[in-house]
Amino acid sequence: MRNFNRRQFGLLFGASAMALSMPAYLRAQTKPRVVIIGGGAGGATAARYIAKDSEGAIDVTLIDASDKFTTCFFSNLYLGGFRTIESITHDWSRLEANNGIKKITGMAKAIDPAAKTVTMADGSTVPYDRLIVSPGIDIKYDSVPGYSLEAAEIAPHAWKAGPQTMLLKAKLDALTDGQNIVMVAPPNPYRCPPGPYERISMMAHVLKSKGFANSKIFVLDPKDKFSKQGLFAEGWEAHYPGMVDWMGPDVHGGIKNVDVAAGKVETDLDTFEGALLNIIPAQQAGQIALDAGLADDKGFCPIDPASMRSAKDDAIFVIGDASIAGDMPKSGFSANSQAKIAAMNIRGDLIGAKVFPAKYSNTCWSLIATDDNVKVGGAYEPKDGKITAVSNFVSQTGEDATVRKANFEESLGWYAGITSDMFG
Amino acid sequence: MRQRQPHGRSALAPALRFRALLALSLLCVPASGAWASQAGETLFKVCANCHEIGEGAKHKVGPHLDGIVGRTAGEIEGFKFSEAMRKAGNEGLRWDAAALDSYLEKPRDFIPGNRMSFRGMADAAQRKQLVEWLLARSTASPAQDVTRQTADLTGPSRGFADEVLKLEGDVELGEYLSGDCVTCHQPSGRADGIPSIVGVPRDYFVNAIFAYKTNVRNNEVMKLRVGNLTNEEIAALAAYFESLEPN
Repeated sequence: MRNFNRRQFGLLFGASAMALSMPAYLRAQTKPRVVIIGGGAGGATAARYIAKDSEGAIDVTLIDASDKFTTCFFSNLYLGGFRTIESITHDWSRLEANNGIKKITGMAKAIDPAAKTVTMADGSTVPYDRLIVSPGIDIKYDSVPGYSLEAAEIAPHAWKAGPQTMLLKAKLDALTDGQNIVMVAPPNPYRCPPGPYERISMMAHVLKSKGFANSKIFVLDPKDKFSKQGLFAEGWEAHYPGMVDWMGPDVHGGIKNVDVAAGKVETDLDTFEGALLNIIPAQQAGQIALDAGLADDKGFCPIDPASMRSAKDDAIFVIGDASIAGDMPKSGFSANSQAKIAAMNIRGDLIGAKVFPAKYSNTCWSLIATDDNVKVGGAYEPKDGKITAVSNFVSQTGEDATVRKANFEESLGWYAGITSDMFG
Repeated sequence: MRQRQPHGRSALAPALRFRALLALSLLCVPASGAWASQAGETLFKVCANCHEIGEGAKHKVGPHLDGIVGRTAGEIEGFKFSEAMRKAGNEGLRWDAAALDSYLEKPRDFIPGNRMSFRGMADAAQRKQLVEWLLARSTASPAQDVTRQTADLTGPSRGFADEVLKLEGDVELGEYLSGDCVTCHQPSGRADGIPSIVGVPRDYFVNAIFAYKTNVRNNEVMKLRVGNLTNEEIAALAAYFESLEPN
């Protein structure tokens, strides 16, 4: 039997039953309150769409620990020298000014699902009728032996954009010819599947631009294959011949230990030395989602594929990288798409707005070298109890340079589009 | 004092006419003539996807270009210009050979935030040929009703598109479905590397969707996005985007 969501259930039982079960905020004639934890591609989009489409009928509060936001997407282009850090850093001021969204700058520490409140680090509480949890990922430092929060100050993961990304760029720019880079790539599931490989491309671009003929990039991957592999392999061979040495687990045999001070990564096969280590560990949903009991035993949050509603709590929606979104990759584009579905369902819950069947989409562009950009995308719908791909595409190897250049132009347009969709 | 050009097909103000002639004469260099004219016509083919010029021209996705020389930017009856283009016009931008040349080199840089989705023409010699060709045709008279805003489209998908155009699009459904579009196509109408689809005529919109569905247009992202759209959904999206005004 199919599961009814709260709204359909209400419709099924009719208006009288709805009146009896009418939530307290409607009886009290106050505005329903939506609180959003996390102001990234998921949270900012959701906040903007709820505020914009409810035209003031819903009170929207956005909580983020920072007063500015650097996008993870395009942060590799910053590493490669194609963007400045300023051009990928945003804030929520237009959402506050134009959409009436209240922004709280502070750390959300805990969720009390029974009381329907969020507790902040300073002890204050923020009540909600519906909560969107969009905290992104947390890094599982101990998934790589020898790695830690402290070690990340020497060997950055840079998998959350901001100071870590700037640290990685500074170290990349300080390399001299003959010095090597060692990257430890993350296991599935992780944020931005093509991300590590676009990053390798951008690092190689920087080394090549400086005329370094003797530096190498060793990639130690716990996966035996990765996103857009054929395209990246072809691009590395064409643009950076002999520079990138990618090794799957059947070659390196597993990561034994990382010694960031010595610049060494020890594997079953060999020990790799690099003046720059970029260690990208395994990931999980942001800690607040785990603490609230929204995650499963693998550290990500199950959701209803028709609405992004948490499988664990009817009043909570989990979107973006923290959610288990079936066939959708963890990406900014996916989070933005999921946010719109969650926003629509929340308006349906709280003000009776029309809820259309969910459709999701994603596209990821990756830059391999100047004007050589490849893309992958999918369309998704709820099916068989999960978000399921109904169609997809990926760039082809051997494509014409004009196609790749057009892809790059398109990616610039997408960045301008999605950031304006998020931040107004 | 700045003279505002009257709307519609009215004649150019004398001062502007003089300026147009001056601009034309400056461009009349030995390269002109039949060969240059043919080169200009060939170059205009890219523009012709969105613009008409010549006797009886009407607006398409872009405004008609009759009387372009001397026209104040962003100021013509029946066309939804971007705020950026209107602002440029208010600040005194009028189209002459030099302005057209600068604009066509990289439209996004010359007027940031404008709606025209054309990356630009880097080759100065080509721009010169095109501008010269435009100037030569600029004196033609547009149609009486330039605001009809339907594109005269043909192609293998015409029949499918006609079926959809018989439907009345559900704007509310269109607004929901547009969530999928506006991640890239900005609802403000800005074209930063991805075409603006704000205020696009329904006919053009629907035909473009079918051009992707039938591989006439081959952008993979677009083919994927439109692949599963039903006729009702296409009609809804077309109705919604036509209803939008650029900022």
